Amino acid sequence: MNCYLDNSATTRCFDSVAKLMTRIMCGDYGNPSSLHRKGVQAESYLRYAKEVIAKSMKVEPKEIFFTSGGTESDNLALRGAAYANCRRGRHLITTVIEHPAVRTTMQYLQEQGFEVTYLPVDSCGRLRLEDLEKALRPDTILVSVMYVNNEIGSVQPLAQIGELLRRYNPQILFHVDAVQGYGKFRIYPKRIGVDMLSVSAHKIHGPKGVGFLYVGQRVKIRPILFGGGQQGGLRSGTENVPGIAGMAKATEEIYRNLEEDVDRLYALRQRFLEGLARIDGVSVNGPGGRDCAPHIVSASIEGVRSEVLLHALEEKGIYVSAGSACASHHPDTAGSATLRAIGLKKELLSSTIRFSFSVFTTEEEIEYTLQALYELIPVLRRFSRR
Amino acid sequence: MTKVGGRMFKAFLIKFAEIGVKGNNRDLFEAALAQQIKYALRRCEGSFSVRRNRGRIYIDALSEFDFEETVENLKTVCGIASICPMVQSEDEGVEQLCRDVVAYVDDQYPDKHFTFKVNARRAQKNYPLTSMEINALVGEKLLEAFPDLQVDVHEPDVMIHVEVREKIYLYSTEIPGPGGMPVGTNGKAMLLLSGGIDSPVAGYMVAKRGVKIDAVYFHAPPYTSDRAKQKVVDLARLVARYSGPIYLYVVNFTDIQMAIYEKCPHDELTIIMRRYMMRIAEQLAKKTDCLGLVTGESIGQVASQTMQSLAVTNEVCAMPVYRPCIGLDKQEIVEIAEKIGTYETSILPFEDCCTIFVAKHPVTKPNPGVIRRHEENLKDVIDELFQKAVETAEQIVVEA
Repeated sequence: MNCYLDNSATTRCFDSVAKLMTRIMCGDYGNPSSLHRKGVQAESYLRYAKEVIAKSMKVEPKEIFFTSGGTESDNLALRGAAYANCRRGRHLITTVIEHPAVRTTMQYLQEQGFEVTYLPVDSCGRLRLEDLEKALRPDTILVSVMYVNNEIGSVQPLAQIGELLRRYNPQILFHVDAVQGYGKFRIYPKRIGVDMLSVSAHKIHGPKGVGFLYVGQRVKIRPILFGGGQQGGLRSGTENVPGIAGMAKATEEIYRNLEEDVDRLYALRQRFLEGLARIDGVSVNGPGGRDCAPHIVSASIEGVRSEVLLHALEEKGIYVSAGSACASHHPDTAGSATLRAIGLKKELLSSTIRFSFSVFTTEEEIEYTLQALYELIPVLRRFSRR
Repeated sequence: MTKVGGRMFKAFLIKFAEIGVKGNNRDLFEAALAQQIKYALRRCEGSFSVRRNRGRIYIDALSEFDFEETVENLKTVCGIASICPMVQSEDEGVEQLCRDVVAYVDDQYPDKHFTFKVNARRAQKNYPLTSMEINALVGEKLLEAFPDLQVDVHEPDVMIHVEVREKIYLYSTEIPGPGGMPVGTNGKAMLLLSGGIDSPVAGYMVAKRGVKIDAVYFHAPPYTSDRAKQKVVDLARLVARYSGPIYLYVVNFTDIQMAIYEKCPHDELTIIMRRYMMRIAEQLAKKTDCLGLVTGESIGQVASQTMQSLAVTNEVCAMPVYRPCIGLDKQEIVEIAEKIGTYETSILPFEDCCTIFVAKHPVTKPNPGVIRRHEENLKDVIDELFQKAVETAEQIVVEA
């Protein structure tokens, strides 16, 4: 049995996406900037993509900018907006559990003379509004908070954050890294006061190497790449037409029956959690119920090295992720920032596994994985380092 | 002072290390060296001819080629003592020859404050001048052209070689090669290759003595990942630059490791594990006509490499075990690893099976009798597991 439960790392492409992309790469391969018919044809795919994506968030097509993925979207949002607004102030706010695309960009901006406040999270991985309120300053220009945490699935209270910022100072820009949230929830940036929002296609069954950044019309932002002036000069470079069209196709598919699919995912998740509860010494990280994303389960398994369990599962055709990056030779520094931020016990940092589901995940796969865990965990515990 | 720019050179003279003294076998050694040179040149852009002529090997470039790349690859050919990049020109008389040498020195040595000696060699015996006359004439012309130069016939800074054959060859630089003997002139050995720093160095050191190598790696899924295995394949590929193609045997060691873990004292786990690795390696070595085993062990480096431990691991095989790193310090091994380009790969952080089960305090002075007695605990299962491990070994052909 092949059981892919690493959908937070990346997802399988929808067949319809691959088909459309093949057609574009082999047939409608024009450059959207060309004046001839092939160029116009290529441009029409971009128009289609902008419309589909804009509609999914109830924003304007001209507020969508295509990028090479989540990392570039985050870079463009943070660096582009920080520099464009640095005359108003140089204070930025983010959280300690952000994806490295945000975290290291913030560190870069710090080196460039910006001041960054990193907000802590509670034991469920959620930002506390009062912490944000305390951190706000007259010279704060930008707040960046992820929608869904990629490791434990905690969902941040975006609407309340947007509301708080609007009350404090409507000029503060609000950026959301929604790479793990888009395609799992309906997100309406304008309704909740989000100014910029990053998305990556390959987390929603689209292709790798493409994503977008939503930039609200009022946002002052500068490009970080220079060149031919495509996309209004904000993001130069010939558009990745097949990738962009593929992303739009994936968006259509993922949002078609979203509520139904998400209910099913929550049911699968619930079943999986019940199954996990039958194993001694297993604890689940992050919030419960609907406060958590429907597709992520972070489990800490006492007495089992996550890397070993990962490879043991792999032998049974089950693909998962270790909750923390491998740092086997430095046990003291092992463990992800997120897991440390929620106060996970040190000995569990290297015993944490992430299972992440998708619309392709079936009940059989969940049962099969639980059976594999029932079988493997006692064996691995017997053979753990004495 | 020696500055070698590549653009003038169209040929190389290869000087051998020890093969000159091998008497009747000399032809065999030379042929093997020429073979290895051709193998190394296959990795380079351009086409070359490799000729053996009166105890020397000449490489002529037959097309455009990348000088740096060619030298880098020649430096991996065991048996080469030095590589002399040569300038080649048509024989257009003595006057032209002198002009060519002057131009060569001008190009290669921007700073002319050095001493030199001309060393002519005349294979073309009908050449109008004798070697001595060529030396004198060329030397004179050089002194005329560059007044800062000085002649020193005893210890010159630069020895300018002029060879008169069907063409004229000039060279003055010797780039050191690895030395040793050409691979394939000294039988074959089985290298125990882990993902560490030492074993690739050990492989290189025996390859340098003309030994062809096969290798065995002990894989322990799920305790070691496919990336760890890939790392070993990558290391084998780097060693293969020196040794030629390597047959790498990947042995699944998990079941044996688990059996030892369950049935033997924990502090003896590593030592017993190593004994089984040696036994399996010897089995494979016999099957593949290897004449010995090679390990990266160095006395006292870790618990399993004390004199006592080495004695206990050594006693399980009848085949000789070669340990070329035995007297080297870690730093010395690291230096060789850096030189042969395996260090960076070796330090990539993946678990290998030696580290994951290791006891906090392994025995450092194992008693052979005690170890043998504890191995008895395995007798019900081990034969079958051993057989299975040998039979299911995966063979990977690794080429540079």
